[in-house]
Amino acid sequence: MKRYIDFYLSSMKISILQQFQYRVANYFYMIGMIAEPVIYLVVWSTIANQQGGTAGGYTPGEFAAYYIVWTLVRNMNIVFTPYGWEWRIRQGNLSMELMRPMHPIHNDIAYFSGWKFVVIILWLPLALFLSWVFKPTFDITWAEGIAFFIAIWGAYLIRTMLLSLLGMITFWTTRVSAIFELYFGLELILSGRLVPMTLMPQWVQSLSNYLPFKWTFYFPIETLVGRMSAQELVTGIGMQILWIVIGASILNLVWRAAIKQFSAVGG
Amino acid sequence: MSSVITISQLAKHYQVPEREGGLKAAMASLFNRKFRTVKAVNNISFKIEPGEVVGFLGPNGAGKTTTLKMLSGLLHPTSGEVHVLGYEPFRRSYDYLRQITLVMGNRNQLTWDLPALDSFDLQRAVYGIPVDEFKRTRDDFIDLLDLKDLVNKPVRNLSLGERMKMEIVAALLHKPKVLFLDEPTLGLDVTMQRRIRAFIAEYNRRHNATVLLTSHYMADVEALCKRVIVIHHGRILFDGDLSNLVNQFSAYKTLSVTLQNPDAELSQYGEVISKDDGRVTLRVPKAKTSQVTAKLLSDLQVDDLTVEDAPVDDIIDQVFSQKEEA
Repeated sequence: MKRYIDFYLSSMKISILQQFQYRVANYFYMIGMIAEPVIYLVVWSTIANQQGGTAGGYTPGEFAAYYIVWTLVRNMNIVFTPYGWEWRIRQGNLSMELMRPMHPIHNDIAYFSGWKFVVIILWLPLALFLSWVFKPTFDITWAEGIAFFIAIWGAYLIRTMLLSLLGMITFWTTRVSAIFELYFGLELILSGRLVPMTLMPQWVQSLSNYLPFKWTFYFPIETLVGRMSAQELVTGIGMQILWIVIGASILNLVWRAAIKQFSAVGG
Repeated sequence: MSSVITISQLAKHYQVPEREGGLKAAMASLFNRKFRTVKAVNNISFKIEPGEVVGFLGPNGAGKTTTLKMLSGLLHPTSGEVHVLGYEPFRRSYDYLRQITLVMGNRNQLTWDLPALDSFDLQRAVYGIPVDEFKRTRDDFIDLLDLKDLVNKPVRNLSLGERMKMEIVAALLHKPKVLFLDEPTLGLDVTMQRRIRAFIAEYNRRHNATVLLTSHYMADVEALCKRVIVIHHGRILFDGDLSNLVNQFSAYKTLSVTLQNPDAELSQYGEVISKDDGRVTLRVPKAKTSQVTAKLLSDLQVDDLTVEDAPVDDIIDQVFSQKEEA
């Protein structure tokens, strides 16, 4: 356990050092990323104003809060992508990672965790700017703040498991981008990334309760936007833990089969 | 003493899809896909004892790298048995991985944007090396490879040779007992190659490490390996001392002669390979070497004469061509 803690801290340090070297590129990436929620925000604020001040129970201020928190959650949800898996299998870089006495997923989790610290520092001025422009309505309690902190890391781990599983398809076949796109489409609709889940039809909301996507976007955002009871917060975090355990278990099974399949291409 | 590496009837076969060019063949392959079996490694057997440095030689596609990948646990064998340090590599036990290393000429385990020191520290954490021991080993390697002025530079600013030296340091920080080295001097200049060879020899001497080395540079093999295994088309063609390889497969020797009369005609004594500043190099059948030498000395005014075995590169070529013909 001590070795893993040491490894996680060392890998996070490397990531922070490396990402600060690319701080300008990281900043432009983040600025590019806020275009998506700003469009959603403008559209839904306009609809809310036209409908007499609310849409689906959200005021323009609450929409602003939702989509500003969205920008942080989206950044926290950046993980090693299936395209990254495809690249490291095709290029042979996975071979180097397999020589380590440690599952490669640890490096992925640790490295991207380090990146998050850089992301949060870079995100703060952007969040302040968006708040100044869109005037969000926040009413945050300590419990919600703590739940949010846990939930964004829970979301990060769920998404790491899911996208790693998706990435491992490349052990069997090399052209899988169509499957990736299908996944991202489902995630857009069922996670709360496009709109708050309460604006979706009832059947979509019901379906989303049984799938992992909602716990990676809608749930962490809602913990901070302040529409959840204490019981809902605890249940939500419990659901995140459940999906992390399910994801890790499937990943472990798939990994065993995948590694037998691995043909160590690319030298 | 038990062997460190034991391989018995080891094979790795791949199923490779195959079709002819053209649209018709492409359409047909949708319904009737054909595969061909490629025998990358075909029932090879050998043993390597503790502390041995063995050269694993063969042309491109011979099966060298596939064998190294099976030995290091990256590939599952199709059939046969393989044991390294008592472990079956394909099980990828972490205890096993802690005791070996695989260095590939094209492998990059260093973080590109940061000084190598940061990557070394990550290796320490990966292998759980105690900090004091890590610092001692790291500083020792840095001295041996003369890297002191380079370890603080970002890896991207290092030359290929400097980067390779850093890769080797990173790969050996956990002091592995078995080294699989796949073209460790690939693309490096002669000085850098010599430096890396000396380092590997010193590591082997200090730690009694077992080394299996592939290289296309025969200077690497001659400097490091007493024993060589020659593989071709997935089969072992020769396994034994390098000197035996020379004796067994060298059909000729090289005579270098300096004459008082540099214009003398020598083609009657053997095949003239080169003429340079009055020094002539002849290729002579091995069985006739003493006879030709005696004749040269009696017929001509000879200032200097040396007899050498054929270069190992040529001998290896000879092994391949003889076995192809067989």
